[in-house]
Amino acid sequence: MSAVSEPIDGLGRDSTNWAATALTAIGLWARRYPVWIFLAAALVFFSLKSPHFLSVFNLSNILLQAAFFGFLSIGLTLLIISRNIDLTVGSVAGLAACLAVGLQPSLGLWLPIAIGLGAGLAIGLLNGFLVERAGIDSFIVTLAGMIGIKGLAFAFAGEESISASIDLFNELGALRIGRIHAIALLFLALLAIGHYVLKHTKYGRETYAIGGNRTAAVNAGVRVSRHVIIGFAISGLLAAFCGIAMAANMGAAMPAFGLGYEGWAIAAVVLGGTKLSGGSGRIVNTLGGVLLLASLRNGLNMIHVPAYYVLVTIGGALILALFFDTQFSRKPRQG
Amino acid sequence: MTNSATQPTDDVILSASGISKSFPGVRALDDVSFTLRKGEVHALCGENGAGKSTLMKILAGVYQPDGGVIRYDGRDVALTDPLAAKQLGILLIHQELSLVPELSVAENIFLGSLPLKRFGRVDGARLRADTRQALDRLGCDFGPDDIVSTLSIARQQLVEIARAVAFQSSIVIFDEPTASLTQQEADHLFQTIRRLSESGVTTVYISHKMREIFEISDRITVLRDGKVSGGLTTRQSNEDEVTRLMIGRDLDHYFIRAERQEGAELLRVEGLTSGPVRDISFNVHRGEIVGLYGLVGSGRTEIAEAIFGIRPLESGTLSWEGEVRSIRSPRDAIALGIGLVPEDRKHQGLVLGLGGSDNLALPNLGRVSRLGVIASGLEGLLFEDYRKRLSISTAGPKQPVLTLSGGNQQKIVIAKWLAVAPKLLILDEPTRGVDVGAKAEIHGLIAKLAESGLAVIVISSEMPEIIGVSHRILTIADGRLTGEIAESEFSEDRLIAAVTGHVWADETPRPQAA
Amino acid sequence: MFQDAVLGKSRLAFQRLGVALPFLVILGLVATAAPTLLEPSNIGQVLRQSSIVGVMALGMTFVLISGRVDLSIGSMLSLITMITIDLHDRVGPGVAVIAALGVGLGIGIVNGILVGFLRLNALIATLAMLSLLQGATMIYSNGRDLTVAAPGETWFAFIGRGQVYGIAVPILIFLGLAALLGFLLHKTSYGRRVFAVGGNETTSAFSGLRAPLIVASTYVISGLTTAVAALIIGSRVMGAQTNTGVGYEFEVIAAVALGGTSFLGGSGSIAGSVIGVVILAFLQNGLLQMGLPYYLQWIVSWVIIILAVWTDAASKRKKVLV
Repeated sequence: MSAVSEPIDGLGRDSTNWAATALTAIGLWARRYPVWIFLAAALVFFSLKSPHFLSVFNLSNILLQAAFFGFLSIGLTLLIISRNIDLTVGSVAGLAACLAVGLQPSLGLWLPIAIGLGAGLAIGLLNGFLVERAGIDSFIVTLAGMIGIKGLAFAFAGEESISASIDLFNELGALRIGRIHAIALLFLALLAIGHYVLKHTKYGRETYAIGGNRTAAVNAGVRVSRHVIIGFAISGLLAAFCGIAMAANMGAAMPAFGLGYEGWAIAAVVLGGTKLSGGSGRIVNTLGGVLLLASLRNGLNMIHVPAYYVLVTIGGALILALFFDTQFSRKPRQG
Repeated sequence: MTNSATQPTDDVILSASGISKSFPGVRALDDVSFTLRKGEVHALCGENGAGKSTLMKILAGVYQPDGGVIRYDGRDVALTDPLAAKQLGILLIHQELSLVPELSVAENIFLGSLPLKRFGRVDGARLRADTRQALDRLGCDFGPDDIVSTLSIARQQLVEIARAVAFQSSIVIFDEPTASLTQQEADHLFQTIRRLSESGVTTVYISHKMREIFEISDRITVLRDGKVSGGLTTRQSNEDEVTRLMIGRDLDHYFIRAERQEGAELLRVEGLTSGPVRDISFNVHRGEIVGLYGLVGSGRTEIAEAIFGIRPLESGTLSWEGEVRSIRSPRDAIALGIGLVPEDRKHQGLVLGLGGSDNLALPNLGRVSRLGVIASGLEGLLFEDYRKRLSISTAGPKQPVLTLSGGNQQKIVIAKWLAVAPKLLILDEPTRGVDVGAKAEIHGLIAKLAESGLAVIVISSEMPEIIGVSHRILTIADGRLTGEIAESEFSEDRLIAAVTGHVWADETPRPQAA
Repeated sequence: MFQDAVLGKSRLAFQRLGVALPFLVILGLVATAAPTLLEPSNIGQVLRQSSIVGVMALGMTFVLISGRVDLSIGSMLSLITMITIDLHDRVGPGVAVIAALGVGLGIGIVNGILVGFLRLNALIATLAMLSLLQGATMIYSNGRDLTVAAPGETWFAFIGRGQVYGIAVPILIFLGLAALLGFLLHKTSYGRRVFAVGGNETTSAFSGLRAPLIVASTYVISGLTTAVAALIIGSRVMGAQTNTGVGYEFEVIAAVALGGTSFLGGSGSIAGSVIGVVILAFLQNGLLQMGLPYYLQWIVSWVIIILAVWTDAASKRKKVLV
């Protein structure tokens, strides 16, 4: 019945028109979410430069790399849509990894993992509490937390790398299903859940409401504080999960795990078209951002660009993403 | 004017007694009591700061009263949060619309209580059906899936009203609902309110527009200084009585129009086009007060912003003292001798955390400094000078303007521009949110400035104000100049005709009147 | 009336310093646990060490008052120190000093363009610069640390190691710059513009201020103060490591927040920042003397920033209600 859908309903049966409509739709979509074009360009570029780039082995590696900071970007997409941010995710990953590995000799396999996840959850709740109950901007709360939590990780683990002492832990980390890492599949599964939550559940719709017009959400009776605190808790939990998955995959942990990952994760979210000003964004496009950054990182390595340039790449990608954020901020729409 | 079906009955739906509320330093409500009857339209009036908004926010569960009892439908209730009030059936429609622009109409209406299926999934079919039903009852021409940001302000207001229908609210509170509406849209709103009344819904209508109050309401409660100063039956009262109760004395506010001593042409605008504003041409002379009259959203403010260099010109020219000049930024405008008292005092006119003297000095930093160093003596003198001239009351030059009354804040904004010694002063809604006393002072000041040779453009949506102060009125509708009215021909009817004639010209269909 | 204003002002000042009060108490406790903390020789040493954070805090104060933040200063410190030490031996100390200031200026301009003119989110844009400049440092030095070959024979040593009338030169630089920048911020029309832009950018633009330029200029000041800090640290250490500046941005932000400068923009002071720097320096030195590891300072910074900002937010909320 809405005015927008009428012309399509009326003309959509004609096949040429259907094709034209589809093309226009793709064009619109590509303009709104250029991340997929960038991803395609990167894939073409690197596959021309290096014959091994598109091998199944390498692609599954890219997916694994993507999964690690991808866990973080799932939580960050939720938070950024609600107009918050979490800069502690990298530090939380490091702390959780150290807890999960460092406690293995005394507590076995599962309890340390639970403690690591619990720490992530607790820090998320603390962040959320400080943002909502103390009324401090999430940027500042989590900026301070970023360094403080790293301090906690060092205080627990010292400066050395700790090796995992339980074989099952390493086996789980290296597990593959077919030729794809189980961790990568887990990431895709969580991403799908995130998509479902944002698009179809009450929690998800209220996330857009809080980011789009917080006062309206409060007035409508949405429990905004509780909602945001839960958002931070989810982000903390996913960050802890990222750290533990990384430790399992490498068979070791150190406090510096996850260093700079908040930058990768935020860049992925913003490249995917989620506005830092809140209220709009789609998790599917975050996946585009994650895959793009992982491909860049892997591809640069494949064509023998020194590792230092990775730091420059992430910095450059972030600035580029921000640039798009301001350029396209006048075209709001979400899923 | 009241509809026969909205005759007040004696069944009281809500009674509030002894309501008090204090904020640090302010007693916002003091022992306020009043009752609402089923199906009536109850107007609530009072000056700014009289406590209307506080009272309504208490009824809507936004604030908690310090004392007092609220009885709803025969029992004591505690309205602890907006959700509690909403569930009881009390809905507040805010002045700034309380919608999420990126969500659909349906999601906005049911926000906070979205219907669910299994796995926490929102029940889209039920959501749409329920919304459709509510929209149909109000005769809306848009659908549940339309994104709110694509709707006009009037339609967005209908979305809010649809909430009341959807939740079967028994009390709907409107806070100055017609501020951003055209006359037709306002008329349509009144029909909607009457329709709600017929179905037994009680309406609380907050406004300071007398004509509307007398057109729509059955009873009137007047607040003054946080206390009830009178309860009236609309048909047995009149505008003078309400005004007297509002300000506590007879309204004796007549406008002193500046004596017209028109000088040479100062500014000539030709074919100005910028954003929503198309092809505007007019001129202003020294010593002349030109009124720009139009509804909110008609493009009046955009004209001022284009002249002041805030928004770029797409085409057209500005001539200043006979020469074509390009004004690309407020700096250019100030250098020529133009000042702008903007529409939104708190966001555009003042730095709220700084003191009065700092704000006054902002466009005058060159004048109060030597070689880039602020001479605090000069700064203090400048402030003292204008404090006396405009009788601004503050505890001192450094008192943060945040803590001043609206009238004193506005005087500081005006003073800041007078201090740059402008040749042209543009005032956009100069008395919005200002109490009656300061309002008269500001009108007197405008007249005095014009008599001293300053050219003045006054933008206002208040007809008495624009008729009272101007020498000549230009009317704006839909971004175009629709008329020029000479002083001898000023009348409210002419103004209304000039601004509504074009309103419907190029827009998409409006909500249909039922 | 005048008295009211004065009382109001002193009450406000008390509130601002109220942020620091609990830390003075903690400092007292730390001083009893580590009695060497307040010995004259130690005081001199702590002040000298604090001058590096201190000089950068002066620039950060400008950026925060304009309503923005600069996270790139830590990496910038690494890069400039690296360039200075490299050029010192290859070209000479004079060129090295000029280059250091030039690079600080240049990076400040880049930050200023990104945040001031392109209006990118300050936190994320300077976070990106943090990463970018860290990479640039690695690329410049190829991952190696550098040392000055003959540290005894260069006048460059005076900056970090010299003394004038028994006072260490870094302290003099810190206090001299504090006086200069304090004057700039609190006494000039430029400083007033910084406060106005941070307090309300729209009003500032409507009043004819060039907000983008003013925001950009605060980043230039921050870049220059970071360059001065790099000269002090380079001269002091007579060498440069790729991670020289890692984490400095947090210490600087903690010190400035402790000094009562608001993250919301529009309020703060140079004097407050100097006090914040000194309190933080003694606190950290005391903790070190008690034998606690350095990363404990990170946790301390976390707690300080949160408490400082919490106090600020609470007082702002109270003011809005009145």
